[in-house]
Amino acid sequence: MSARILVRVQKEIFDAAAEAAGLTEGRSDIGALVTFTGLCRDEGGALAALEIEHYPGMAEEEIRRVAVDAAARWPLEGIVAIHRFGLIRPGEPIVLVVAASTHRAEAFAAARFLMDYLKTEAPFWKKQHLATGTGGWVEAKAEDEAAAQKWRG
Amino acid sequence: MRALYFAWVRERIGKTEEELAPPENIKTVGELMSWLSGQGDNYAAAFANIKSMRAALDRTHVKHDALLGRAREIAFFPPMTGG
Repeated sequence: MSARILVRVQKEIFDAAAEAAGLTEGRSDIGALVTFTGLCRDEGGALAALEIEHYPGMAEEEIRRVAVDAAARWPLEGIVAIHRFGLIRPGEPIVLVVAASTHRAEAFAAARFLMDYLKTEAPFWKKQHLATGTGGWVEAKAEDEAAAQKWRG
Repeated sequence: MRALYFAWVRERIGKTEEELAPPENIKTVGELMSWLSGQGDNYAAAFANIKSMRAALDRTHVKHDALLGRAREIAFFPPMTGG
């Protein structure tokens, strides 16, 4: 079993549907495709933009490491993981995770695992630019760490 | 050894990266952070809460007791907030 793994860290907007379609193109053995897209919220109109900083090189490597781990835990046919950096406006996509497998349970679990780990292990940091002109770095949430923690041990 | 700083660690120090030459007796990541915090007000501000700081040696996450060894690159940053 070898899952196709595609990892990208990019400034540009991605097309979630096109990326997902790429995993199943020409295949008739995949029965489940789970796609998760994380979007930039406007926080009730308060947020003008998010600025995402990343550690070039390590960001890609960490996402790949998590994807390889997912492929070792579940029988997957393919994984796509894309994370953006730079200035992101409300409504725009930030992150994409797609997991393809024969049956749905594995695809759901792998997509969740990928997101939970990506949030706490991949070196990205969000800074909020508020509509008022102020802003600041987003603090890590305890519940994100707890979500990643439940896969360990 | 090359040091890289990210997010508010970078902002507080006022540098993206720099070459470090710590004394011989600095052996671990945690010791390096303590030493750096004594290198000026900007470093003291960046390393005010060492316990919550994260570090990577040659692009791999490490704990504070990790030995610096022959690592070429060390990065310091706050807990990650991607996704």
